[in-house]
Amino acid sequence: MTYAEHLTQASYLAAAALFIMSLRWLSDPKTARRGVGAGVAGMAAAIVGTLLHPEIVNYTWIVVACVIGTAIGVPLSRVPLTAVPQRTALSHAFGGLAAGLVGTAKYFLWLHDGELTTFRMAAIGTEVILGYVTLTGSLMAAGKLQEIIPTRPITYRGQNLVNLSLLAIAFGAVVLLLFRPDLWVLFPAIIVLSLVFGVLLIMPIGGADMPTVISLLNAYAGLAAVAMGFVLENKVLITAGALDGSSGLILSIIMCRAMNRSFTNVLFGAFGQVQAGAAATEARTVKSGTPRDAADLLENASRVVIVPGYGMAVAQAQHRVKEIYDQLTKRGVDVKFAIHPVAGRMPGHMNVLLAEAEVPYEALIEMDEINRDLPQTDVVLVVGANDVVNPAARHDAKSPIYGMPIIDADKARFVIANKRSMNPGFAGIENELYYAENTLMLFGDAKSVLGEVVKALAGDAAH
Amino acid sequence: MAFVFLLATFVGFQVIQNVSRLLHTPLMSLTNAISAIAVVGSIIIAGEQKSTFSTILGTIAVAASVTNIVSGFLITDRMLKMFRERKPRS
Repeated sequence: MTYAEHLTQASYLAAAALFIMSLRWLSDPKTARRGVGAGVAGMAAAIVGTLLHPEIVNYTWIVVACVIGTAIGVPLSRVPLTAVPQRTALSHAFGGLAAGLVGTAKYFLWLHDGELTTFRMAAIGTEVILGYVTLTGSLMAAGKLQEIIPTRPITYRGQNLVNLSLLAIAFGAVVLLLFRPDLWVLFPAIIVLSLVFGVLLIMPIGGADMPTVISLLNAYAGLAAVAMGFVLENKVLITAGALDGSSGLILSIIMCRAMNRSFTNVLFGAFGQVQAGAAATEARTVKSGTPRDAADLLENASRVVIVPGYGMAVAQAQHRVKEIYDQLTKRGVDVKFAIHPVAGRMPGHMNVLLAEAEVPYEALIEMDEINRDLPQTDVVLVVGANDVVNPAARHDAKSPIYGMPIIDADKARFVIANKRSMNPGFAGIENELYYAENTLMLFGDAKSVLGEVVKALAGDAAH
Repeated sequence: MAFVFLLATFVGFQVIQNVSRLLHTPLMSLTNAISAIAVVGSIIIAGEQKSTFSTILGTIAVAASVTNIVSGFLITDRMLKMFRERKPRS
């Protein structure tokens, strides 16, 4: 090896170590920002190491691409935090795109030079399929999250058969290329099949399943990077891709467990269709209250738990929620937040929104832990959450969400539930919590209704 | 190489299981930025200029990866800055 090559390898080794440290520091919010520093340092080391590479003869296009990437990247990092799920999906799409393009370029270069070994062909095939599926799949997910594309699942008969056949044909074509790499017409066909499969894969998936789907696309993007590492025989790429892939996989598993569902069920189950034939809706009455009533209940409590859901994000109500938190803690009321793993549209979505509103993170409690406290809680305030507090998950074997771990809001003495209207939630499932004796419904847009509650509380404090 | 992959996956599982659940959204944006290390491969394709076709694809790939690096690290840091401890009561 030449001197420059040694330097490149050393920079890659340093980068891999820094990436691992970077993720380690994320284990605690106190050290987490150091993790970003380590990540940036690792990336810088790897890039400088690569630029020393003797094969690089011209830097013009590299510089142009870096300028373009920075010009897109900076505004993308400044989106409002409610749009973080879309941004994340979009960045998985970019990751998939890069993998797909590098694989395509390598195939044609090696084909031209007659250097396509079976191993290289297999790695390129995997990279290209994963890359392009991630590209269109993530674009679809981003479109659904941004609500450019209808978030309801789109299904038709034989959908799973069509999807799986497409994927099987794409893999079949790769296998054929292993033996006859010169059949280059197959290559564009594989690209098209992968792109179409990505679209069709996400089409039947509903908004409530987005936390799992984003995590899964995260894993695909990571694995595409790993495949790229095998193609280019680059160990730092394999390491970083494997870290990303295992992170995506772990998150997907956590999300699936939090919904008591399997991967196949999420991908092929088309959850969130209006459930036909569910128990005929009886004419039941709910108790509807005013912000004044809610304020009275809250200020007379000694322990309050707030359960946020996607509705809080949609209404951008996190700052009002924080004001309620402030008003109550000022009076010595103990206020905690109950965070369900799949609340919102991506893992950790609620935590980020509440952190933005300056709620201290010690007040954000995971589901299992808060469930122990709920029987001793005076008031639960549900803001835009629905299925995650539906008691039917515990006892109604016929309910589509039966078996899903939930936050036991119904065990508190009183429940205040904020909702826009009585329409059933995303999954179209009735929620008996709203009809319970001790539940007070607070109808209206979360931001304005909770604003009224804050006003009522502040008014009382002034007297 | 398979050895590196297995080892890295194993380390990844260990490290990521310890990540605080509070930080799952920043975790995703950080790993996303880290896996944009794909820029390394893209840079070589764009810079070795073996054919016009590969140079174009490489350039687009570099742009896509740099987008992820820049926006991934910036937004992760922006989110992490917001996670604060309770201020000691004065």
